[in-house]
Amino acid sequence: MLMREWLQNENEPGSDGAPAAGYPFGFMDEGAKKEIRRSILKAVAIPGYQVPYGSREMPIARGWGTGGLQITLSLVKPDDIFKVIDQGCDGSVNAVNIKKFVAAVADVAITTDTRAATLIQTRHRIPEEPMTDRQILVLQVPYPEALREVEPSEMETRRMHAEADYSRMWLFLYEDIVKYGEITISYRYPVTVNGRYITDPSPIPRWDVPKLHMADTLFLFGAGREKRIYAIPPHTSVEPLEFEDHKFRTENFSGKACARCGATDTYLDEVIDNAGGGRSYFCSDSGYCDKRSLAWNH
Amino acid sequence: MITVDKLSKTFTLHILNEKRIAACSDISFSVPPGGFLGLSGPSGAGKSTVLKCLYRTYLSTSGAIHYNSAAYGRVDLATLPDRAVIDIRDREMGYVSQFLKVIPRVSALDVIMEPILARNGVSRDAARERAIGLLERLRIPSHLFDAYPATFSGGEQQRINIARAVGWKPRLLLLDEPTASLDRDSVGVVLEILKELREEGTTMIGIFHDTALLASVTDSVYHVC
Amino acid sequence: MEPLIRIRNLSKRFGQGCSRCRDATGQEQDTNLCPHCGSVMACNDVSFDLFRNEALGVVGESGSGKSTLVRLLHFEWEASEGAVEMHRSAGLENLPEIFATGSDYSFNLLGLSHFQKRQLRNALMGIVYQNPHLGLRMQISSGGNIAERLLGAGWRHIGKMRRRSAELLERTEIPVERMDEPPCNFSGGMQQRVQIAKALSNNPLILFLDEVTTGLDLSVQARVLDLIRNLRSEFNLSMLVVSHDLGVINLLCQRTMVMKSGHVVESGLTDQILQDPQHRYTQLLVASQL
Repeated sequence: MLMREWLQNENEPGSDGAPAAGYPFGFMDEGAKKEIRRSILKAVAIPGYQVPYGSREMPIARGWGTGGLQITLSLVKPDDIFKVIDQGCDGSVNAVNIKKFVAAVADVAITTDTRAATLIQTRHRIPEEPMTDRQILVLQVPYPEALREVEPSEMETRRMHAEADYSRMWLFLYEDIVKYGEITISYRYPVTVNGRYITDPSPIPRWDVPKLHMADTLFLFGAGREKRIYAIPPHTSVEPLEFEDHKFRTENFSGKACARCGATDTYLDEVIDNAGGGRSYFCSDSGYCDKRSLAWNH
Repeated sequence: MITVDKLSKTFTLHILNEKRIAACSDISFSVPPGGFLGLSGPSGAGKSTVLKCLYRTYLSTSGAIHYNSAAYGRVDLATLPDRAVIDIRDREMGYVSQFLKVIPRVSALDVIMEPILARNGVSRDAARERAIGLLERLRIPSHLFDAYPATFSGGEQQRINIARAVGWKPRLLLLDEPTASLDRDSVGVVLEILKELREEGTTMIGIFHDTALLASVTDSVYHVC
Repeated sequence: MEPLIRIRNLSKRFGQGCSRCRDATGQEQDTNLCPHCGSVMACNDVSFDLFRNEALGVVGESGSGKSTLVRLLHFEWEASEGAVEMHRSAGLENLPEIFATGSDYSFNLLGLSHFQKRQLRNALMGIVYQNPHLGLRMQISSGGNIAERLLGAGWRHIGKMRRRSAELLERTEIPVERMDEPPCNFSGGMQQRVQIAKALSNNPLILFLDEVTTGLDLSVQARVLDLIRNLRSEFNLSMLVVSHDLGVINLLCQRTMVMKSGHVVESGLTDQILQDPQHRYTQLLVASQL
């Protein structure tokens, strides 16, 4: 069966409930899954350390979430309930495609409800609703190296990590403050994991960074193009880089609320009305917004 | 205080076909604490060489220089490790050369204050006071106190040199023609200062060109030939 | 008085080496290139002590191994052989594991991990290179250059770091209002002074000066040397001063080592080295002075 045909057949992956013909459960062969799981275990054992792994070809392009997808496929079980979000949205083309693909090859149930999901793959957001120790969040990562901004050489960044030689990263923040009066990094805000490795939390907004700290949930990060896996295990300290006199701050939405569900405690997307030029704000987390809107309407 | 035993110094010039020059040989003398020994002899006899061996600017070829150090006890300055010699120079042993080796871009006052501050553990004000006192006695015009000695006349430079060497009151003072380029009045002041220093217990070994002067200030004379 | 650091039999070989390298190179052979295997013995069996608050000079022609020695001691290059031991009084409370119980000296520091060496360097050492491009990031503000060292030593307060940078720049005669300018805007002498400020920022015990005045105008040279002389007493520094210029050594150092073809051929009090040089090469060096 062709890939195109599976994706069209979204709720009927295999005629007898088995995964798509010709492919093993979870698309990847067992050897590949095993290798990726081993890399995940190593990543969990060394929080924040980037574990190199043999990134496989996926039926989507490199840079479109293949790293996250490989982690998802190596972990997914038949009884999982799976959710995919793309910048908070369950309905974007990419999210839907990945969802359909995983459902097709692993025969799992799909949901948009963060609470109901057991496995969530995400691009650039962490859901608003607190996650539990029964759940795993898989983050897609375009650039896993937090130090790349200050050092182009991979050999050198590896040495810097090995020796915890992070003064240049700090210097970058220092210069930012000297030039602009504040740290201007809006997403991919560097964090120190477990007091040791400076880690890229993927392009999540600053809003989401505190959610990584001492969480109940396991966070797994996959960079398919860059061939790296890293992890923030549950109950691990995650500290955004900050100075004593220039503290890390999240985005400020005070005085603003979601135009759809009225939330005042969520990360909001600004939408400009092309006709009128007015600005309105909506929850970036569409699943949460839907849930609130429904409750409100009833 | 200091006993020199069969001291000899021969220079071997490797770059001039291993040419050997005997600068002094078989020098032996002894100076008691508080004593003042004069070295006499014709020019070229090796008087300065002896002082330089004592100060370790020259390495002795043979013989011993037994010195009773306050910090180290009885030591042989000919073979003492470099670091200990530096320490003794810093704390006990002063040297006045024939020519002032000026430290560039340091004022006359600072040239004299520096060793006092480093060695006597006195306040900046006290060091300054002592330095100004010396400069005034040696009749250096006050407008030169803050000037660089490199620009001074030979006689002025020599007086700065003496002030620097005596200001911190060393335990042992080596003097190589300290009065050579001074006028009669200045020589008088220098001798007065040296006399006071001796009264405070400083032991001295000196070379004076003027034999009459040599006889008047020292309590014994060793003839180098 | 005990040395702050003891350096024993330090060697650095570039190339694969062979059993005859050691004997086929050196002062008598007048080369550091092994004719048998083509390896270069850049530093060969160098031993010395560095004491507290002293400036030790290292002179020699280019290629004699002076700068290699500095690179080895600053842990930039890996030594081929030898030992470097630090006295307990150096204040390495954060690295207690490098001292054996009952000994006043550390284990061989050359055997430490890169991570430990970096910690040690951040805590104890400063360096000023001949070429400011090696010691400074030319595109980053001068204040940032100084802050980098402070950040490496764990400082995390922008205001305090800026105050410290301003102090040091003032001390090294850089107008404080130019603190946020990158060193590429500065003259060579100013860049050297920014390097010195950076090197001093973590209050090092040991400062390495590698030909710091070479290539500067005479008047600028003089100011940099004056600055270093004053800072030595003010900061209680032990300095290793590498220069091919005997005048610089004479001005700054009480003791001096003379290097030739990777070996130390002579060491002594600086005035003795200059007035009564013992080794043929030192005599030639002194005789060649302008």
